[in-house]
Amino acid sequence: MSTTLIRGAKVLGGEPQDVLIDGETIAEVGCGLSAEGAEVVEAGGKVLLPGLVDLHTHLREPGREDSETVLTGTRAAAAGGYTAVFAMANTFPVADTAGVVEQVWRLGREHGYCDVRPVGAVTVGLEGKQLAELGAMHDSAAGVTVFSDDGTCVHDAVIMRRALEYVKAFDGVVAQHAQEPRLTEGAQMNEGAVSAELGLGGWPAVAEEAIIARDVLLAGHVGSRVHICHLSTAGSVEIVRWAKSRGIQVTAEVTPHHLLLTDELVRTYNPVYKVNPPLRTERDVHALREALADGTIDIVATDHAPHPQEDKDCEWPAAAMGMVGLETALSVVQETMVDTGLLDWAGVADRMSFAPARIGRATGHGRPVSAGEPANLTLVDTSYRGPVDPARFASRSRNTPYEGRELPGRVTHTWLRGKATLVDGKLT
Amino acid sequence: MQRHLISAADLTRDDAVLILDTAEEMARVADRPIKKLPTLRGRTVVNLFFEDSTRTRISFEAAEKRLSADVINFSAKGSSVSKGESLKDTAQTLEAMGVDAVVIRHSASGAPYRLATSGWIDAVVINAGDGTHQHPTQALLDAFTLRRRLIGRDAGLGQDLSGKRVTIVGDVLHSRVARSNVDLLHTLGAEVTLVAPPTLLPVGVESWPCEVSYDLDAALPKCDAVMMLRVQRERMNAAFFPTEREYSRRYGLDADRMARLPEHALVMHPGPMVRGMEITAEVADSGRCTAVEQVANGVSIRMAVLYLLLGGMEPAVTHSRSEEK
Repeated sequence: MSTTLIRGAKVLGGEPQDVLIDGETIAEVGCGLSAEGAEVVEAGGKVLLPGLVDLHTHLREPGREDSETVLTGTRAAAAGGYTAVFAMANTFPVADTAGVVEQVWRLGREHGYCDVRPVGAVTVGLEGKQLAELGAMHDSAAGVTVFSDDGTCVHDAVIMRRALEYVKAFDGVVAQHAQEPRLTEGAQMNEGAVSAELGLGGWPAVAEEAIIARDVLLAGHVGSRVHICHLSTAGSVEIVRWAKSRGIQVTAEVTPHHLLLTDELVRTYNPVYKVNPPLRTERDVHALREALADGTIDIVATDHAPHPQEDKDCEWPAAAMGMVGLETALSVVQETMVDTGLLDWAGVADRMSFAPARIGRATGHGRPVSAGEPANLTLVDTSYRGPVDPARFASRSRNTPYEGRELPGRVTHTWLRGKATLVDGKLT
Repeated sequence: MQRHLISAADLTRDDAVLILDTAEEMARVADRPIKKLPTLRGRTVVNLFFEDSTRTRISFEAAEKRLSADVINFSAKGSSVSKGESLKDTAQTLEAMGVDAVVIRHSASGAPYRLATSGWIDAVVINAGDGTHQHPTQALLDAFTLRRRLIGRDAGLGQDLSGKRVTIVGDVLHSRVARSNVDLLHTLGAEVTLVAPPTLLPVGVESWPCEVSYDLDAALPKCDAVMMLRVQRERMNAAFFPTEREYSRRYGLDADRMARLPEHALVMHPGPMVRGMEITAEVADSGRCTAVEQVANGVSIRMAVLYLLLGGMEPAVTHSRSEEK
């Protein structure tokens, strides 16, 4: 069993401490630790966080290995400080059977860069008509706990109600992609002043808010948990805040890009800014930041959505929606939440590790940095600042909206159950 | 003036007046027995039309030929585009053939902007209509028509449209003509009022530099020109309005409504007209309707734009006169 001593790390941003990893677990946390024969990592004041957990990742395998595979996606995750990712179900074939989710789960295990927790589809083929075999996916080796038709909305109220009820049997949760389909036919960007000018089809905030309002009421009615994917508007924040105040079991995520970017960028007609839900307004960005700070929004999830170059190097309406995010998420959160004073590092640990692991029931992840816990850890150089260079991404795709943008923070080390997956910024 | 013409909003007042003045010079050429200038001899212009539009393509083609440019017509039908070739590859293929300017019509809003700014090609890009975004040469020819009729052919030279009141009626939501006209007419000092049912106005129209009204009858007596936009019958199926008859009763221009206009006011239409929908045949065929004149002016405007973007700053007509000797 290998031992590693991390010396002088600010655990969750606190005073510098030493952390001793023995095998797969944290053996000791304290000052002036020493260990015979241990590999020493001089943290030098870097911040040590629990390994990050992403509740919303698209790994694209099976089916779109031209944009990402489980291997390249989990390498990107490790490079971004993640030790667990939830792989969305909209693959080809769709992850709507035990066979597909087990395949994805096994690939993650074999590669060993990051735990892969497959998300199961709520309905067969993501078609919104018939429930997929949710129980079989839960009972499979993959142990699915999160179900989502992400990419498309479970818009039929009866199907949504049944799904919410059904997964209670095994403590599952339905993660809703909130998008009223009729209100978003032909939608290309946020509906507002900018879309009016650019002549691009509008994606109104109400199309998201109407579904969230319906689903929190449904969840309250049947006493189920519901999770809202990539919440993007100020109005959605108000609805979730209201639901929580009523004791409804709702959780919500926000993406890094919705914390930083606005629809003004669409004026470039550069599809690298095309994403679903779309970039919203400055007012929404501020509401989302505040909601993440006060806990109305529980977590940050990347919605890492790799696409090959040809799907972005074209005219806007022809382009695919989505952005890669695993390797820039923590930097964007530092920029928008920490450096602005809205959240401290303990808060970041909660929003990017503790809470997502809790929502997804990811056993062994999102645990405190203390003796006896699994050694899933991330070391961050928070004093770093530099431009984003997509050429250095581990992801197979390069569709980042941050190319050339200066962002703070750099993950230098990641440990998955004591095994280093990233050392000095290099994947092992 | 910028290197490309992508949006009417990119034009300053002085740019726009220069184009209108240049178009007047070009129009004089059209009155000559030989309607041709050597200005763009040896230059190649491609008309890259991804969307059917016979009238705009012919107008550009006539303008290019009158300036002696070599013209290549490329329409998406039967081309490599239908075989899945991307806009980028199509553009680069054309550029490899030595094209100096690309006149592009595309159903995707922003396609001309992408072409001009993505580093795919070096050629000058002229937007001939993109999706529901912009159609700048249409706005210029409308402004040209307005200036001629309301101020005068010679009196208008060097003038903008300060104080003129223009009402634009119809499907603003889906109209690149409306967007371009609001931008350009505002730049030229005119006061614009949009009239449409609320369903056919975009969310966000409040931030445009114009007035918005739902009441056509109230707007008519106060305007110097009314511009009727085409309304496609299929819009009815998406519940933008209940029926064709209800639309034309509330927002169509018929003889009774035309009578409410001031004596001097023009009736404009960018074409193609849907007679019986937004405009009755009686109005369309009346002497006040400038639809046909707008088409003729379109050639002069497009000559002026091509000349200014490609021909540099030498005087177009005087220069050519000496060559014609």
